Amino acid sequence: MNDESILGVNALTKSYSTSGGELTVLREVTFDVRRGRTCAIVGPSGSGKTTLLGLCAGLDQPTQGTVHLDGIAVHSLNEDGRARLRNKLLGFVFQNFQLLTTLTARENVMVPLELCGEKGADHRAVELLQRVGLGDRLDHYPIQLSGGEQQRVALARAFINRPKILFADEPTGNLDSETSGKIIDLLFDLNRASGTALVLVTHNLELAAMTDQIITLRGGRRVDPL
Amino acid sequence: MSFNRWIWLMAWRDSRASRRKLFLFSCSIVLGIAALVSITSLGHNLEIAVAEQAKSLLAADLVVTSRQPLSERAEQMIEGLGGEQAREVSFSSMALFPNSEGTRLVQIRGLTEGFPFYGAFETFPTNAGEIFRNLPGALVEESLMKQFNAKVGDPIKLGELILPIVGILQKIPGEAMVFTTIAPRVYIPATEIPKTKLIKAESLAKFKVFIKYPPATLVEEFVKKRRAPFKELRLELETVEDRKRDLGKSMNHLQTFLSLGGFIALLLGGVGVASAIHVHVKEKVPSVAVLRCLGASANQTLQIYVAQGMALGLLGAIMGGILGVVIQFFLPRVIQDFVALEIQYSIAWVSVLGAMGAGFVICVLFALVPILPLRRVSPLAVLRATTAVSHHRDPLQWLLFGIMGLGITGFSLWQSTRWYHGLAFTGGILVAFGLLALVAKLLISLARRAITPSWPYVWRQGFANLHRPNNRTLLLMLSLGLGTFLLLTMYLVQHTLLIDLLPAGKGRQPNTVLFDIQTDQISDVENLLKNRQMEVLQQAPVVTMRLASVKGRAIRDLLKEPDHRRVPNWVLRREFRSTWRDQLVDSEESVVGVWPSQKIRDSIPISLEEGIAKDLAVTLGDDLEFDVQGVSIATHVAHLRKVDWKRMAPNFFVVFPSKTLEAAPAFHIITTRSNTPEAGAEMQHALVKNYPNISLIDLTLVLKTVDTVVSKVSVAVRFMASFILGTGLLVLISAILTGRYQRMQESILLRTLGASRWQVLQILVIEYFLLGFCASLTGVVLALGGAGALVFYLFKLPFHPPLLAPFVTMACICLTTMTTGLIMSWGVMNRPPLEILRGE
Ligand SMILES: Nc1ncnc2c1ncn2[C@@H]1O[C@H](COP(=O)(O)OP(=O)(O)OP(=O)(O)O)[C@@H](O)[C@H]1O
Ligand SMILES: [Mg+2]
Repeated sequence: MNDESILGVNALTKSYSTSGGELTVLREVTFDVRRGRTCAIVGPSGSGKTTLLGLCAGLDQPTQGTVHLDGIAVHSLNEDGRARLRNKLLGFVFQNFQLLTTLTARENVMVPLELCGEKGADHRAVELLQRVGLGDRLDHYPIQLSGGEQQRVALARAFINRPKILFADEPTGNLDSETSGKIIDLLFDLNRASGTALVLVTHNLELAAMTDQIITLRGGRRVDPL
Repeated sequence: MSFNRWIWLMAWRDSRASRRKLFLFSCSIVLGIAALVSITSLGHNLEIAVAEQAKSLLAADLVVTSRQPLSERAEQMIEGLGGEQAREVSFSSMALFPNSEGTRLVQIRGLTEGFPFYGAFETFPTNAGEIFRNLPGALVEESLMKQFNAKVGDPIKLGELILPIVGILQKIPGEAMVFTTIAPRVYIPATEIPKTKLIKAESLAKFKVFIKYPPATLVEEFVKKRRAPFKELRLELETVEDRKRDLGKSMNHLQTFLSLGGFIALLLGGVGVASAIHVHVKEKVPSVAVLRCLGASANQTLQIYVAQGMALGLLGAIMGGILGVVIQFFLPRVIQDFVALEIQYSIAWVSVLGAMGAGFVICVLFALVPILPLRRVSPLAVLRATTAVSHHRDPLQWLLFGIMGLGITGFSLWQSTRWYHGLAFTGGILVAFGLLALVAKLLISLARRAITPSWPYVWRQGFANLHRPNNRTLLLMLSLGLGTFLLLTMYLVQHTLLIDLLPAGKGRQPNTVLFDIQTDQISDVENLLKNRQMEVLQQAPVVTMRLASVKGRAIRDLLKEPDHRRVPNWVLRREFRSTWRDQLVDSEESVVGVWPSQKIRDSIPISLEEGIAKDLAVTLGDDLEFDVQGVSIATHVAHLRKVDWKRMAPNFFVVFPSKTLEAAPAFHIITTRSNTPEAGAEMQHALVKNYPNISLIDLTLVLKTVDTVVSKVSVAVRFMASFILGTGLLVLISAILTGRYQRMQESILLRTLGASRWQVLQILVIEYFLLGFCASLTGVVLALGGAGALVFYLFKLPFHPPLLAPFVTMACICLTTMTTGLIMSWGVMNRPPLEILRGE
């Protein structure tokens, strides 16, 4: 791991204790993502992709192993510390959009900046929404937007705090192929324009092929591509 | 916690879709706060009234009271008190209204010039209070005038005196009108008293001297040094401060009762808020997870919902405050009859704000119960629906419960006059909450285990609804159970008290009591009754006496003992009306000892009622010395009796054997029964005409009076109960409505899968029935325990709960729950499934 690395994952293991005994869903996964680069996590269903993403983003605690984000040891922070880290460094895009239903598009986008008390949130939110092509839908609520539009709002939200790394869990899983294409383009555009690294979980191998690096999981282990 | 702008902004935005729902479902808190506001404000008004009207309560600066004619020495001492003095002699006797031939026992009060020094008689015509002494004439209480259809100007005959009625008494300074209607009051000039020829040595007259001092006099200090010597002569001194203290005490009881009732309504309202917030917050878990994911700390997300809770509390407090102030306008009317005060309607801002504050705090505390678990929502929930919420309790949750417990204890301690009453109240509430929660938990686990595949489908579903995620079991158990518990407890206590006041026994009950009969008049009176086919049911001689010493210690010394001594003052000082006879009567039961027969040594064996024996702390063999008009009589306790005081018969604390008291001055009591009111009136008339000294009580009249008093008290009780009922109903409706959204989703899914509407309906009915049944059953058990404890420990009465009431209550609660549940679900039931799947 070096200064060039934005995300460093080392020997990451995650197990759950269930009624049927201990269940290890991730086993000794190691990889590195460099600043501004893109990375895809692929693998069959149940192979542990989402689990890995969650651990990388500091949404969960690993059973063993370490995660470093921008040189900070995520596994040693407490929940509030990780929350602060997420707010400063990370952006998220989810398969099911995860917009706050009671907030308008503009308000949804503003949340990360308002959270840390930064000024100018409104202005920047409008700018970002215009950039994703929703300049005329600023004050619409999520239920008034289509799935693709919602995902664009989520994208705008993900970028408002100028994150250093963006995590996306099957960002196009709920969209048709045409809309998916637009979202993917946007994602990569924004990534290029602001130098944000991108970690992407996907089933779509075509999409994976567009990234700089592919991590393949099978049964919780990293397997090298053929 | 720092609530910055963003928190409030988010709280506002987050509440967008649910504001109306949230508020409607927490309306119960408004009622609770209103109850508390109106009652505390009333309490403050009462305090002000006591302070402002204290002087007119006594109508003088100092009152000296004696239960026997004033001796020469007493006269000298009263002379020494100085000031401007007025006197009153009062005693009970029969009054005759010659125009209607009506007769009734009244309290005759002979008054000299001057009284009242403060305040005034309220009369019709208005000047009657001043002129009756000079005319001379009589002032007659309104209820009495009404009974006999008398008008101003009619004559009234008291003993041998006939006076014109010059005014109707509407209000006497310092006296509540409702409690004295057993013997209504008649005022005449003191100078006319001898002309009645009613006062004899053995009559029970009360003598009062009212004294007024110049404005700057320090009456309290002046009286302090003189109390002891007056006490020795059995003269009682009462100052304005004494009266204020006594009045404050009784005011406190009323206030305590009402405010604890209000507090219960508030707690129920709190349960309503908790339920509304609970549902609200459950829907918000995904939002919380997103916020956490975007970097909000656990505290920040928590604050958003705390802010909503506070806003809700504030709104509730404001609306409750307004409603409470409006209600307070009616409260004085509810209690006006019990208090000798003119209650002014003014808004006591400090108490109103205080009660609003208490309401706000309760609202926020109860809201925190469902809000706190939000701290544990994991941001991981954005990636997948996690149910993995750690099972160990958040320490903050325990802290919250601790604060709530302390708050409830604090409030009840503050409201109760005795600390252990406050603790008992808190304990009762906690036990109720605990037991209901326990039963809910049992019900949930039972529902989970008991269901077997062999049950009919709808039953399985109905039961399963009790334990499945998002069930309303705990909440409905709490609100329904608490409501049942509180309402039934109130009813049972009221019922028991009422039963206790009403006469027991059947058959030939006496309805008329004749007393003050002289020994030489007995046979004449018996003949008078016999001529009218009226049977003498009981005849007893009565000798009035006082205690002179107990177990060899003089009363004078016992009275000087410190306050915590065991024998209450009133027992030592009271007048004992004792009788003599040779056997027990129907209303008595032997407890221990031998029925007294002959005099042994110089001491007479007596039979004592067991209650008074307990008060005096004496048992078999202990010596008691009585004083009968200066003659001392040595006795010892030979026998203890139980007396059924509810029986309308002359009952006695002390019974002497015959041939021991015959020499003492005695009067006699005869009880009889008139079969028709007319026959009774005719007999009364003949009696009063021939024997003016004999008094008579019409028991049916007394019962009627008791009934009015009780019904006036129950207005206050019902007032409070209606608050609790209203709050409980609101909680019920909101609990069912909030649950509806989840149940409906399922019902519709079931219908989509082919279930008929009837089946869906059955499932709901079964669920609500089970809830209603278990909650009301627990509530009834709690109420029986609670009411039993109250009746037994507080009112010291045996507890015989009515058999039907618990079942009726349970049936009502079950029905209410089911109908409310069905009504609330009906609208959704009839809409096409698709519409609802989209809409909600
Ligand atoms: N809390 C948990 N307790 C037990 N097992 C879990 C838990 N969370 C996830 N798992 C298991 O971990 C494994 C990996 O799950 P994960 O969601 O990471 O898979 P995935 O690769 O994202 O699959 P998909 O492509 O279907 O989204 C699965 O077998 C899942 O059942
Ligand atoms: Mg996944």
